[in-house]
Amino acid sequence: MAKRKAKNRWTPLQIITHLGALFPLVWLAWDFWQGQTALLINPFQEATFRTGKAAIILLMLSLACTPINTVFGFKQVLALRKPLGLYAFMYAAIHFSIFIVDNGLVSNSLNLWAVYEATFEKRYALVGFAAFVVLLTLAITSNQWSMRTLRKNWKRLHRFVYAAGVLAVIHFVWLVKSDIREPLIYGALLTIMLVLRIPAVRKWVVNTRQNLSRRRQAATSSS
Amino acid sequence: MATKINSSEITPEHIYLSRRKFMIGIGSLAASAAVLSACGNQFGSTASGSNAQAALPDDLKVSATTDELGDELTPFGAVTSYNNFYEFTTTKEGVAGLAEGFKTSPWQVEVGGLVNNPKTFDIDDLRTKFAQEERIYRLRCVEAWSMVIPWLGFSLSEILKEVEPTAQAKYVRFETLYDPDRLPGQSSRWYNWPYIEGLRLDEAMNPLATMATGLYGKHLLPQNGAPFRLVVPWKYGFKSIKSIVKIELVDKMPVSLWMAAAPNEYGFYANVNPDVPHPRWSQATERRIGEFGRRDTLPFNGYGDEVAYLYEGMNLRANF
Repeated sequence: MAKRKAKNRWTPLQIITHLGALFPLVWLAWDFWQGQTALLINPFQEATFRTGKAAIILLMLSLACTPINTVFGFKQVLALRKPLGLYAFMYAAIHFSIFIVDNGLVSNSLNLWAVYEATFEKRYALVGFAAFVVLLTLAITSNQWSMRTLRKNWKRLHRFVYAAGVLAVIHFVWLVKSDIREPLIYGALLTIMLVLRIPAVRKWVVNTRQNLSRRRQAATSSS
Repeated sequence: MATKINSSEITPEHIYLSRRKFMIGIGSLAASAAVLSACGNQFGSTASGSNAQAALPDDLKVSATTDELGDELTPFGAVTSYNNFYEFTTTKEGVAGLAEGFKTSPWQVEVGGLVNNPKTFDIDDLRTKFAQEERIYRLRCVEAWSMVIPWLGFSLSEILKEVEPTAQAKYVRFETLYDPDRLPGQSSRWYNWPYIEGLRLDEAMNPLATMATGLYGKHLLPQNGAPFRLVVPWKYGFKSIKSIVKIELVDKMPVSLWMAAAPNEYGFYANVNPDVPHPRWSQATERRIGEFGRRDTLPFNGYGDEVAYLYEGMNLRANF
């Protein structure tokens, strides 16, 4: 019993992760309550932007965990992949829900055709929707039961998170008007993270890190 | 934000107060929208209308509270705090703050090119020489949101008649002030500054093509394109170029800033057209600022009777 209790205790890193991941939502609610100008005047657009930004950042952070462990040997972050991924899904779900209401409510009635058109007729929306479907699938299967049932396939399925990352970045690139610097930063980070997952690269990085630490240890013990 | 102490010191008190009233008004509006939407209730323009009146300080003047279609005026606070003006910033709610203190006097507007009688007008001339009338027009942004704004100004054709275009003149080319020190957004190399816009001469001669010097009975504020801007109500908002320093009659179709930035997305004509989608989003509906749901977008923004003749026989899909 005591052992189990210890296992359930959250590390500071986990607490920071949960608080940080909830911050955009709290901030949105706070700004709405405070009457921040854009949220006051065009609330749907602003809330869509903000939740979309939160979703992509959290997805990038979730994808960053494995490369961070590869490069720095910092195992603690591996446990953050799941919560960060689920928070990314949560924001994507809010983002998509706002999109549905925003596009569907025309002349005071819900127009599902308008939602269909808005989602499937424009490429930026379509790739965003595809990213959402991937995240939804992964969120549904992010439990012990699914892991046990799917066995080997679970890992294969959850590799699609990379696809979600790529789709999300394309969604962002296709969305902006002209200045694509910001989405390109996400694209560059994503590329670096994906390269670090190539088995040969990963092995080389891990070997280099281990050699370095061995050499450091040897140096400290000899002095 | 308007609540900052230093900004309230700079801003004349009545404007500052009107902003606060607007905030309070629309804040309760947003809150009630959230509640009403949960009940599936209608959230209409009557609520925003009463707010427009509540937010109308004594110095704002309007002769009507709706446009000719019965659509309520967009509150002054929204018109002056939610602006697309990339010369200041690409953040719509950030323009008003950055534009505060932008010097619009002295200001001169050079009108020349293919004309018999080139002239340079002082902004004071433009405000007094031409009879200023109130014109309540819908403004439809290409980003699919819209407002109803009571402009103050006169027809562009009046200036053109003064300078007498020659027979060679086919187009009118407009240019915004270029001064990166005062317009910090012009340091961005993503756009080909200065902002350029253009109209075909017959479009420019249409009485709806308006040169605005004010709105809500006051001089334009910097965020709205002070001191002198174009208003072309049947075209997407980006055609209505702000803070103009030069008007030129030319024989070739001018290339606007947006045509240069994204030729496949922004054309010369840019007439409001629900049937021709933007490559990245639909133009069939729009969000009227202050309303909860969207509404259908009207061809030529509802001004078809006045302007459709200009485009007879033209393929509006090809000439977007």
